[in-house]
Amino acid sequence: MIPELGHYALVLALALALIQSWSPAMGARKGDLALMKLADSTALAQFAFVAVAFAALTYCYVTSDFSVANVYENSHSQMPLIYKFTSVWGNHEGSMLLWVLILALFGALVAWFGVNLPATLKANVLAVQSWVASAFYLFILLTSNPFRRLAELPAEGRDLNPILQDFGLAVHPPMLYLGYVGFSMAFSFAVAALIEGHIDAAWARWVRPWTLLAWICLTLGIAMGSYWAYYELGWGGWWFWDPVENASLMPWLAGTALLHSAVVMEKRNSLKVWTILLAILTFSLSLIGTFLVRSGVLTSVHTFSNDPARGLFILVILMVFIGGSLALFAWRAPRLKQGGLFAPISRESALVFNNLFLATACATVFVGTLYPLLLEALTGDKISVGPPFFNLTFGPLFVPLLVAVPFGPLLAWKRGDLYGVAQRLLVACAVAMLGLATTFAFEGTKAVLAPFGIGLAFFVMAGAITDMVERIDLRSLSIETIGRRAAGLPRSAWGTTVAHFALGVTLLGIVCGTTWSSERIVALKPTQTVSLSGYDLSFDGMVTKEGSNYRETAAHFTVRTGGTVIGVMEPSKRVFPSRDGMSTTEAALLTRGVSQLYLSLGDSNADGSIALRLYYKPFVLLIWLGAVVMALGGALSLSDRRLRIGAPRPAARVMPQPAE
Amino acid sequence: MTRKQRRLILIGSSLGVLAIAVALVLGSLRESIVFFNSPTDIAENKTAPGKRVRLGGLVKTGSVERGDNLQIHFKVTDGNKDIPVNYRGIVPDLFREGQGVIAEGHIEPGGTFVADTVLAKHDENYMPREVVEALKKQGHWQETAAPNPARLRQSAK
Repeated sequence: MIPELGHYALVLALALALIQSWSPAMGARKGDLALMKLADSTALAQFAFVAVAFAALTYCYVTSDFSVANVYENSHSQMPLIYKFTSVWGNHEGSMLLWVLILALFGALVAWFGVNLPATLKANVLAVQSWVASAFYLFILLTSNPFRRLAELPAEGRDLNPILQDFGLAVHPPMLYLGYVGFSMAFSFAVAALIEGHIDAAWARWVRPWTLLAWICLTLGIAMGSYWAYYELGWGGWWFWDPVENASLMPWLAGTALLHSAVVMEKRNSLKVWTILLAILTFSLSLIGTFLVRSGVLTSVHTFSNDPARGLFILVILMVFIGGSLALFAWRAPRLKQGGLFAPISRESALVFNNLFLATACATVFVGTLYPLLLEALTGDKISVGPPFFNLTFGPLFVPLLVAVPFGPLLAWKRGDLYGVAQRLLVACAVAMLGLATTFAFEGTKAVLAPFGIGLAFFVMAGAITDMVERIDLRSLSIETIGRRAAGLPRSAWGTTVAHFALGVTLLGIVCGTTWSSERIVALKPTQTVSLSGYDLSFDGMVTKEGSNYRETAAHFTVRTGGTVIGVMEPSKRVFPSRDGMSTTEAALLTRGVSQLYLSLGDSNADGSIALRLYYKPFVLLIWLGAVVMALGGALSLSDRRLRIGAPRPAARVMPQPAE
Repeated sequence: MTRKQRRLILIGSSLGVLAIAVALVLGSLRESIVFFNSPTDIAENKTAPGKRVRLGGLVKTGSVERGDNLQIHFKVTDGNKDIPVNYRGIVPDLFREGQGVIAEGHIEPGGTFVADTVLAKHDENYMPREVVEALKKQGHWQETAAPNPARLRQSAK
C-alpha cells in the first residue's frame, strides 16, 4: 500500500510539473496574472508530492519491506537504523528520487520566498525549473522506478553495498546533490532572462544567493566525498582525478566563476552575457556529472554496475537541455544590452581574470575526462587519462590564479592602482618569502616545488587578511576600535576574506600532504614493531568482534613516540556474509594536531603475519579544514543583510501589471 | 583608452590563456595516456615492453600465489590467452579469483606483466566495461554468468 502511494504521488508530481511547464510561461507571454500565479501553487504541491514519495520509500526501508525490489536489493533487516535511512539514496533509483526532491525543494523555495520578484520573471523561472523536473520524473518513472514490487516476498534483503555502510553516505550525496541541483536555479534564472530578453543588476542580486547556497553545499559535498574516499578506500589518497571526482569538480569550478562574475554584474551592470552563459554551463556540467556517474560510460574507481538504457535516457535529457539552452543563448543573447566599461587594471578586470582561468582550468578537466570517450568513438582505442595529465595542465593554470587572489579584493572598481595594491601587499609578500626560505632551509633541493607551494599558500593567506587588517585598524591595538570596526564591515566582505584565506589553507595542506607524506608497506607478526616518521607502532594481536550485520577482524596496535604511549590504532576488515562474504577495509586514523597517522590492513599470510600499509600524512587535515572554512566564508556572505533581504523592486522601471 | 582598445586587450589576453591551455593539454596528453589491452592483445605483441599500459580481464581461477614480502603472482585471462602478473603490495578487497580486474604497469621483455596498481572496485558485481568487451570478443561473456541477475542491476554512489 505505502509503496503504491509513493508511486502515485510521483505520477501526480509529474502531472503538476507538466502543467507548471506551460501555464506560467503562457501567462508571462500574455500578461495573464492568474496563469502566472498558478505556478506558485503547483511548485509547492510538487514538492509536497515528491516529499510523500520520498517518505514512502524511506518508510519501506525503515520497516525493511523486502517486497519492494529496491529495498530487497539494498537493505538488510539487521542493518543499523541510520544506514536504513541513508540506504534510501545509496542506490540508483533512490538517489534519483533524492535528486528530484531537491529540485522540487528549490522550486518551492522560489515560489515561497520570491514574493518581490517581478511576476513574469518568477513565472518563467518556475516554468524552466519544471521542464527540468518533468524530464527527471519521466526518467524515474520510465527507467528507474524505486517502488517496483517483487512477485515473491524474500525473507531477507541483500544488504547495502558494504562500502556505503558508512556515515559518509549520510552527508556526501545529499550535499553533492544540493550543490548540483542548486545550480538549476541559476540555470532557470538565466533561461528566464533570455526568454524575457532583458536583464539587469537586480537579476544578478537574485541569482547570487541561490548560486552561493549551491556552491556552499557542493564545496562541502566534494570535501566530504574526498575525506570519505581517503579513509574508506584504504589507499591513503584523497583525490584520484577519477572521472566521477572530476564530474563534481567541473561544476564547482564553473560555479566559482559564476559567483565572481555575478558580483561584477550586480555592482557594475557589466559582463551580462558572460554571466548568463556561465549559469547555463554550470548547470550543464552538473547534468554531465549526473550522466557520467549514472551511466557508467567511463571506468572509474567509484563506478557501480549500471544499466546502459538509463545512460541513454540521461544523454537525451542532457542534449535537449544543454543544446536547447545554448541555442536559446545564441539566438537571444545579442539582444541583451552590454553594460559599463572598465579599465584593464580594476576590480572588474581582476574578476574577469579569475573567470578566465577558472573557465580554462575547467575546460582542461573536461578534456581530460571526456577525451577517452571521444577517442574510443573515433578510433576504437581504449585509453585512460591519468593523474599526470591533470597535474600538468590544471596545476600551471591555477598558479597565476592563486597569485592574483590577494590582488582582486584590494583593487578599486572601475580604475585600480596596481602599484598601490602591490605596496599594500608587501607584508604578505614578506610572509610568503619567509615561508619559502624556511622550507628551503629545511628541505634544500630535495623537493623543488614545495618551497614555492608553501610560499604561495602563505601569500594567499596573508594577502586575504591584508585588507581586513587595515580596515579594522588592527594596529591601533584598541580592542574597542577593532571590535566596532569589525562589526561595522559588511558580512560579504568578511565572507570574501574567510573564503580566500581558506583557499590558502587548503593549498598548504595539499603541498605538505603530497611533499612530506611517508609510506611503508610491511608484513608484520604479533609483538613486532614498525616505525615511521618518529612513531613506533607495536602489533599486540588480532581481535574479533561481531557487528550487527558483519564480522570484524581488527589488529590492535599501540602507538608510541619517544617511548610514551600516545594512543591505540585498530585497523580492521569487515566481512559481510549477506553479500557473499564481501569485505571492506576500515583504516585506523590517529590525529596529531592537523597531521594523521594512517594504518590499513591487507591480507593475512600463511606464516601468521599480516600485510599493513602505514602512512604518515603531515598537515593533511588542512585540505578538508580549508574546504570547510571556505564554505563557512560562503555562509557568512550569504548571511549578509543585503542578500538576505534581496533587491528592492526598481522604482523607476515599474513592471507593466495587468489589471485583475 | 577607447572601447575598442579595451576590448582588444580582453580578447587578446583570453586567447593567450587559451593558447597556453591548449599547449599544456596537447603536451601532457601524449605523456599521460594509458592504453587498455586485453591478454590477447598483449600475447599478440601489440604492446612494446616497458610502455605503460592497463591490462584487464579475469583473475584466472587457481592462479593466485602469494610470495614473501607481499609479493603476489596471478594470471589475467580473457579465456583465450593468459598473462602472468607480478605485483608487490596490498590488493584491493574485491580482488578474487574469477573476478574482473584491471592492472596498470608495464610488460617485461620475458612476457610477464609487472603491475604497480591493481584497481579496486566498489561493487562485487561491477565489471569494468573494457573487461566485459574484451571477454565478449573472445566469446566468454554470458549475461547470465553473474550469481544473481537481480543484483547486477544496482547501486549508486
